Amino acid sequence: MNRRSTGLAIEAEGLTRSFGETRALAGMDLRVPAGTVYGLLGPNGAGKTTAVRVLATLLRPDGGTARVFGHDVVTEADKVRSRVSLTGQYASVDEDLTGTENLVLLARLLGLRKPAARERAAALLAAFGLTEASDRQVKKYSGGMRRRIDIAASILNTPDLLFLDEPTTGLDPRSRNQVWEIVRAVVSHGTTVLLTTQYLDEADQLAGRIAVVDHGRVIAEGTPGELKSSVGSGTVHLRLRDPGQRPQAEMVLREALNVPVQLAADPVALTARVGEAGSDLDASAQAARALGDLARAGIVVDDFSLGQPSLDEVFLALTDHPAVSADERDDELEAAR
Amino acid sequence: MSDTTTTTERAPSVYVPSAEALATVLAPGARPARPSALGASLTFGWRALLKIKHVPEQLFDVTAFPIIMVLMFTYLFGGALADSPRDYLQFFLPGIMVTSVVMITMYTGVGLNTDIEKGIFDRFRTLPVWRPAALVGMIFGDVLRYILAALVILGVGLALGFRPAGGVVGVASGIGLLVIFSFAFSWVWTFFGLILRSEKSVMGVSMMVLFPLTFLSNVFVEPSTMPGWLQAFVKVNPVTQLVASVRAVMAGESDPSATMWLLAWSAGFVLVFGTLTMYKYNRR
Repeated sequence: MNRRSTGLAIEAEGLTRSFGETRALAGMDLRVPAGTVYGLLGPNGAGKTTAVRVLATLLRPDGGTARVFGHDVVTEADKVRSRVSLTGQYASVDEDLTGTENLVLLARLLGLRKPAARERAAALLAAFGLTEASDRQVKKYSGGMRRRIDIAASILNTPDLLFLDEPTTGLDPRSRNQVWEIVRAVVSHGTTVLLTTQYLDEADQLAGRIAVVDHGRVIAEGTPGELKSSVGSGTVHLRLRDPGQRPQAEMVLREALNVPVQLAADPVALTARVGEAGSDLDASAQAARALGDLARAGIVVDDFSLGQPSLDEVFLALTDHPAVSADERDDELEAAR
Repeated sequence: MSDTTTTTERAPSVYVPSAEALATVLAPGARPARPSALGASLTFGWRALLKIKHVPEQLFDVTAFPIIMVLMFTYLFGGALADSPRDYLQFFLPGIMVTSVVMITMYTGVGLNTDIEKGIFDRFRTLPVWRPAALVGMIFGDVLRYILAALVILGVGLALGFRPAGGVVGVASGIGLLVIFSFAFSWVWTFFGLILRSEKSVMGVSMMVLFPLTFLSNVFVEPSTMPGWLQAFVKVNPVTQLVASVRAVMAGESDPSATMWLLAWSAGFVLVFGTLTMYKYNRR
């Protein structure tokens, strides 16, 4: 059988899973095409980790079915395991062991003989810039290095499907970019990646398709572009010179565009959505009219931009609540164990 | 005048992922055949050895603790229960060896619980290997600790005047029986390590089980001195059977009935708690 099969890497229908009173998965459907990065985007507590644990055979669903490359995750778990790897939110390597020891251990468990395992470990450590740290215990690694050894451990056997559960949470921007580059390299060699993230720009950067997850189900699905256009094609951002003119500016904009105007926390900033379906003008024409009306009203604009809505705004529009709710985080982590 | 010191400052090397370097490790190779059940278990055992190498402090409980146990009880009870500590030791050493090693088995559960807490078991559980291998390998590593503890106690005993009539063969068989039982008994703790939430609760439950099990036995005194109801418990206690067997072989004799019971108990522990453990392990 061709290892790099085309078609669907993941097919899940109506997955449910509860932990006591908490419904972590409430009927989740997923169809992930093979050979792509697929993003599961949602706030903490949305059920992303639980979904990954079910798909990686770590957790049995209460209801629904899930197949990975056509194999059922419950009844054919062993077949699924031979084709997937998981990098969880927690270090899934042994912190007491050195980088080399961790990789050799896992390579041996995947069936490599000792010399081959050592060779593979050394090659991976080199490719991930960890050769110098190879004989140091992982607990002495920095956050970015730890992430890298974790991902290196996950691609020891070049899996067909790689689960990355919040791979950049807690990383500094440089380490985050390194992880992004690695993810791009992994998928360019044919591995399907299921990436969970609460960072909207991360999904935008990496994923070909995104499922927005909230309260244990998928509430929207599509390419990043499709998701953005579903809430209007553009957003106008304005900064005024004089904060005292903001109420007046808000009124002018509302009349010119006939849409609600949001006042940002910054006392001189305003945001309005343009180009929504049903308008007689396209986004740029609407923006031009708004700018003209403001000038005629004598309002000085320091900064003006027309852009696609951010995924943050997409999330807000889809769920009517902001994307990040920190207090739910511990609940999900607790529930996922 | 001041000396100028030149410091060669090495710029911290920044990792830049290179597509070419990653390409060399991402090319899908042939999948090797999966390792055998024994091979995988031994590899996990190797992990336990590596952990001992990196964290040698964890050997404290198999060295210092047994020494304290032997010294404490030999001199505490020796004069009262036998004519002298040295006389008591001939009776008591096999018993304290069993007590110490059986108590150490609880660290299997504590260790497993810590591993799960840290997330490493998530990776082990997604590997396509024989399912019990991670746990069997862990217990293999613990078996080495049991042997080490037994040898430490033997060493202290010999220094204090323990002279087993069974000689090298008798002592080795005694330690062998002890290791068989401890391997089997460890499965009780893997089960508790999986179902209990924290390391602390594993410790708590272990102590509640271990204290009565080791003290309400024939380790310290002859059961004939105890009230009838207690004798009844002591008689069925697996630790009693283990101590009787070990005592017999170390004295150059044998106690076939006790040994048979001991092996039956061991098989029972593996069967019942091994099955329960794997059931929980697969369904977590």
